[in-house]
Amino acid sequence: MSVHLTIDRIPVEVPEGTTLLEAARAAGVTVPTLCHVPGVASPGTCRVCVVEVEGMRTLQPACLAEAREGLVVRTASRRARESRRLTVELLLAAHGGDCPSCARNGACDLQRLAESLGIRELRFPLPHRETPPDRSTPALERDMRKCILCRRCVAVCAEIQGVGILAPCGRGLATEIVPGGETELANTLCVQCGQCSLVCPVGAIAERDDVPRVWAALDDPAKTVIVQTAPAIRAALGECFGLPPGSRVTGRMVTALRRLGFNAVFDTDFGADLTIMEEGSELLERLRRTLAGGEPAALPLFTSCSPGWINWLEQYAPELIPNLSTCKSPQQMFGAIAKTWYAQKTGVKPENLVVVSIMPCTAKKYECVREEMCASGVRDVDIVLTTRELGRMIAEAGIDFLHLPDGPMDAPLGISTGAADVFANTGGVMEAALRTVYELVTGRELPLPKLHVLPVMGLAGVKEAAVTLTGVLPEWSFLEGVTLKVAVAHGLANAREVCAAVRAGNPQGWHFIEIMCCPGGCIGGGGQPRPVDQAVREARIRAIYEEDEGRPLRKSHLNPAVQALYREFLGRPLGPLSHQLLHTHYHDRRPAEPFPPPANIPPPAATNSPR
Amino acid sequence: MAEPVTVPPPAAEPAAAFRELDAFLAHFPAELRTRTLLIPALQKAQELFGHLPPAVQRHVAAALGLTAGEVYGVATFYHYFHLQPQGRHVINVCLGTPCYVKGARGLLAALRRELGIDLGGTTPDRRFSLGCQRCVGACVLAPILIIDQKVHSYVTPKKLAAILAQYP
Amino acid sequence: MNDPARFHLLLCAGGCCLSSGMASVRTALAAALAAHGLAEQVRVTATGCMGLCAQGPLLVVNPDGVCYCRLQAADMAELVRGHLVGGQVVERLLCPDPLTGAPVRALGDLDFYRRQRKVVLRNCGVVDPASLAEYEGRGGYQALRQALGKMTPAQVVEEVSHSGLRGRGGAGFPTGLKWAAVAKEPATPKYVVGNADEGDPGAFMDRSLLEGDPYSLIEAMTICGYAVGARQGYVYVRAEYPLAIERLEAAVATALAAGRLGPDIFGSGFGFTMAVRTGAGAFVCGEETALLHSIEGRRGEPHPKPPFPTAKGLFDQPTVLNNVETFANVPYILRHGAEQYRALGTRQSPGTKIFALAGNVVNNGLVEVPMGMSLREIVFDIGGGIPGGKMFKAVQIGGAAGGCLPIEQLDTPVTYEALPKAGAMMGSGGLLVLDEDTCMVDLARYFLEFLQEESCGKCTPCRLGIKAMRDILERICGGEGEEGDIGKLELLSDYLAQSALCGLGQAAPNNLLSTLRHFRVEYEEHIRRKHCRAGVCPALAPARAAGEEAR
Ligand SMILES: Cc1cc2nc3c(=O)[nH]c(=O)nc-3n(C[C@H](O)[C@H](O)[C@H](O)COP(=O)(O)O)c2cc1C
Ligand code: SF4
Ligand code: SF4
Ligand code: SF4
Ligand code: SF4
Ligand code: SF4
Ligand code: SF4
Ligand code: SF4
Ligand code: SF4
Ligand code: FES
Ligand code: FES
Ligand code: FES
Repeated sequence: MSVHLTIDRIPVEVPEGTTLLEAARAAGVTVPTLCHVPGVASPGTCRVCVVEVEGMRTLQPACLAEAREGLVVRTASRRARESRRLTVELLLAAHGGDCPSCARNGACDLQRLAESLGIRELRFPLPHRETPPDRSTPALERDMRKCILCRRCVAVCAEIQGVGILAPCGRGLATEIVPGGETELANTLCVQCGQCSLVCPVGAIAERDDVPRVWAALDDPAKTVIVQTAPAIRAALGECFGLPPGSRVTGRMVTALRRLGFNAVFDTDFGADLTIMEEGSELLERLRRTLAGGEPAALPLFTSCSPGWINWLEQYAPELIPNLSTCKSPQQMFGAIAKTWYAQKTGVKPENLVVVSIMPCTAKKYECVREEMCASGVRDVDIVLTTRELGRMIAEAGIDFLHLPDGPMDAPLGISTGAADVFANTGGVMEAALRTVYELVTGRELPLPKLHVLPVMGLAGVKEAAVTLTGVLPEWSFLEGVTLKVAVAHGLANAREVCAAVRAGNPQGWHFIEIMCCPGGCIGGGGQPRPVDQAVREARIRAIYEEDEGRPLRKSHLNPAVQALYREFLGRPLGPLSHQLLHTHYHDRRPAEPFPPPANIPPPAATNSPR
Repeated sequence: MAEPVTVPPPAAEPAAAFRELDAFLAHFPAELRTRTLLIPALQKAQELFGHLPPAVQRHVAAALGLTAGEVYGVATFYHYFHLQPQGRHVINVCLGTPCYVKGARGLLAALRRELGIDLGGTTPDRRFSLGCQRCVGACVLAPILIIDQKVHSYVTPKKLAAILAQYP
Repeated sequence: MNDPARFHLLLCAGGCCLSSGMASVRTALAAALAAHGLAEQVRVTATGCMGLCAQGPLLVVNPDGVCYCRLQAADMAELVRGHLVGGQVVERLLCPDPLTGAPVRALGDLDFYRRQRKVVLRNCGVVDPASLAEYEGRGGYQALRQALGKMTPAQVVEEVSHSGLRGRGGAGFPTGLKWAAVAKEPATPKYVVGNADEGDPGAFMDRSLLEGDPYSLIEAMTICGYAVGARQGYVYVRAEYPLAIERLEAAVATALAAGRLGPDIFGSGFGFTMAVRTGAGAFVCGEETALLHSIEGRRGEPHPKPPFPTAKGLFDQPTVLNNVETFANVPYILRHGAEQYRALGTRQSPGTKIFALAGNVVNNGLVEVPMGMSLREIVFDIGGGIPGGKMFKAVQIGGAAGGCLPIEQLDTPVTYEALPKAGAMMGSGGLLVLDEDTCMVDLARYFLEFLQEESCGKCTPCRLGIKAMRDILERICGGEGEEGDIGKLELLSDYLAQSALCGLGQAAPNNLLSTLRHFRVEYEEHIRRKHCRAGVCPALAPARAAGEEAR
């Protein structure tokens, strides 16, 4: 059923149930929004999207009001404009930020709106919050003086990540978004995914700014500074410079990093290929123990390359720790190898080697300072920058990114395969693992078109696939005829459902499960350029698959540098040195309760989801 | 239908209070022990503890399957919940419209002066906390004070000293 | 009733009379009766509010119908000796006629009562609110029996629709339409919710109903459950009403024990039960979506409509949410028929309305009048006018979302149509009379202060707009008003009315706008001449402000 209406005199026909906002877009009319998160929530808090509907006494929020037959809508009538202007004027009057020194300067929705509405005067003095900034985590900085109480972060934290750390507290003018009832984020069960920073329309939640530390390292003549870039960066960095989502900028990124003064430009893809070697071997080992007799190993095996997910499991489901792969994430594998093998090869003392990671991720800022992440004897990774920070650094250095020539990654740690590229999106780790595991076990290439595992591609929340192994090599005879069942989930709310199924006895019989903390995987990570919606995620994913398909090598075990690493240094996957450098262990990080939940009464029946 | 409603004193021994809170919750069937019990649970907890310290909030959160943030968000939304310990006697000035037009403003000013504290404050000797309410439906008796749930009617600043003296 | 007692005493045990010392009066009465050996021959009933709260504590001696007022414990011996033993009315303890000062024997002789029409309050002040038997003795539960026994649910909805009953919570939405909407929803379970949050300052109708006649609410909600297909009800009572909560909870327990609530009511196979939830101090929780959030255990923040509660209400299920007074009309409608009900009030606003009469008026108390009565009759005839020889200035009606009407508007009839035209609204039923000593600018400032502090803060216009308006009014009352301030206030008023998320914000400017309309000159005096004619604003009238505290 479709309905007909006019928006700013333009006739449009839209399906029933369409909001006026979407209908306006269909008519080519942009209505500004501040609180609406497409596909996630329309809390209706900000009121900048109000439009005039003929015959209605009050203005209607376009993000909520539904298109109905015959409506006459005016998005920029005098009433609508004046209301919108007053809303922005009042928000600015109550705003405790200073644009020139704000992380969002030039990329702030509120600022942009004030500019486009031509706000020239603040007529109503209003008080603003005085809460000091929260810099308690290595990942995020929260400055509630700048918060406009749109509640996007609340919706994402509760609905997409299912953890509900951020919640409105107090009321009226004193309302504030407070983490877990605590003064500091670090004291909560936040997983530091940064999804809240991705949706915040202003500078109230941002990544911790580590750019000055990178400049300091680059300026220090005693240091050799190398950089690794995660696969998800190359499909998103261009957006920092106005390119459309999904633009591939790998070569320009490498040149820019070189111009910034890094001594070598490497690729986390190398770490990702290494991860496949280790994690694939770990999977086969667990299958062997379980299927070929002996003491069964914990199955299904969960991937472990997403630190936001690791944080979640340690804090919310530590009983599943045995199922978690002991493999470090690609960035940490890279760091440990850089400060051992690479340092030895180049004769640089590990203390003088600085490893900088460019990551789509805020949780990695936390991961690199974890106590265990010193396998090389020093910090394996020294500084993590998000995509957004790298964008700022390039701009600060005056580099004309759009017109840079392409440059190649350095050897050996810049050598990689297409299998590593697809780590950047949901389903990618699974696909890369299957490409290698299938071939190791059968001696034949994964028999799928373009090597893609279609059922685990795309943005569905939980995806499943099954691969039957036949004609296996003698060494793997216990796998003959076995159907390998795998699952993929992204976004922690989806991950929670998968974990619930595993806890309930794994009725689906999964062997291997990929979990990515962020929706869409790393291409939608908390440190990526804003804004991110499904269309942006799809565009970035497309770019990543193109990157993969354009490579001569598309299977991790064919990476010559990884092969050399095993030959020269590590020996074999899961060998003793691998264990020391590439694997880790996890902790139950649930907080101690001063008074444990009541033991004598059965637990509550169901947790209704936050609204 | 007893006239002066006496508020039970906050439990001296927290462990006993926690036990009583658990008993209160256990009273409800498991399928009801969810979010919908939150406000009754916090009301009970405040009755037992006198206020809602973080440990009590977390306890309620765990018992009802909620996050600590949600409980804190609710506890800070409603006037009735106190996160700080209150004085032995809680004085509420009614600031509803009828009380206001009949002189509640002057009454509040006098109380501030007399006690040396502002709205939301507690005297250093913990004898009194000062708060306000917006009409308890006794407007006919305006202006009124509610002290520990007892309504004092037609109060004037002159009568204050005698009223306060009833609350050692 | 086969009653051996010679006298039947009705003691008002409404909240106000209790606050005025009824408990000790009652103890003294019992002692005096015992001393004279009358305990057997005198039946004593503690009732809900009799309405004339300002004269409390009240006691009525039946069958003589003599009413005594302002009683103290020390009076009881004399009362028992004089009236019950000696058969002599104790003149000294009678109510004085507010106009003449002459003692009045029976409540019904007062103008205050003569002009009222008690439909909803029919039992209030007459029955013992704890007694199911007394309630049924006065026709209680006949409506439910009739509905369950002789009517289909659709017929009940039809009867309520036909009665023209409109929501007493403020907006006057036709109750029948609401019930019909929920009845036709296919989703189950459905809920019936009674709104007893009564957050408007100066309103105490619902409180008195709950304290004085709790069974009528229980019966009405059960009827509603039958009509719309719901089996569970909730009543949300504000925490400020401990006595109302206590009595309602007791009545629910009694009704359950007597099978008036439960799985099979009157053997009809229809089951309904209900629970009492208490608020925790938030005016905005009177707003229907906020109230439902509060029952669900969430912050009491409104959410955008649609979806309306009739489609997605409590726990996202179809829900009828009505004000307590709205419900209390229902048993009368079913018993006497929609036609007879429509004979009361006006065509578009049938029935009666309860008002809580307070402020600078002689007879403070609870009154029920047929709709369409003029404000003048309520204030002067029933209310007895302004005490202390002062001049009438305005009547504030409709609470925080209402408005102030001047003397020229006193002939406005109280109906859902006429009041908004005059610049006020029906609201929940607070009716505050203001004399010449009230500053209208300060009153507008007061309401914005109240609303700013009670705003939930969810949406921008209300969270920040009301604060901006309040600050301007604080300046004006503090002698810092500027030319252009009135324009700014009007701009912000318009903005709030159009763009706020819920009724609190949308209606927040109402009192301000009505005072700007009817008392604009006071604003101009404040701003231009730094003068407050009422002498309320301390910065403007230092001499009077010092005296104000002593008032
Ligand atoms: C801010 C605000 C406060 C309200 N407070 C009350 C209240 O205290 N009692 C009430 O019955 N309705 C109140 N209402 C109206 C309710 O939202 C709702 O319309 C009413 O309870 C419906 O019942 P009715 O149709 O029987 O009037 C309030 C509305 C708003 C916007
Ligand atoms: S958040 Fe936006 S408006 Fe606020 S200071 Fe930063 S850039 Fe300016
Ligand atoms: S935009 Fe205006 S306020 Fe901001 S820095 Fe430039 S001149 Fe200053
Ligand atoms: S970082 Fe993630 S978990 Fe932490 S508050 Fe933000 S959205 Fe929630
Ligand atoms: S922190 Fe940002 S996203 Fe969250 S409510 Fe404030 S402005 Fe909105
Ligand atoms: S999973 Fe994503 S963020 Fe993590 S190392 Fe791989 S590419 Fe980087
Ligand atoms: S999905 Fe990627 S960006 Fe998100 S937390 Fe995991 S590694 Fe970081
Ligand atoms: S000075 Fe008088 S008239 Fe003016 S606001 Fe104050 S009280 Fe009202
Ligand atoms: S109008 Fe006021 S009370 Fe209503 S939702 Fe907005 S902020 Fe809350
Ligand atoms: S975008 Fe519609 S109300 Fe905020
Ligand atoms: S205004 Fe004070 S009790 Fe109603
Ligand atoms: S309480 Fe007794 S008359 Fe109102």
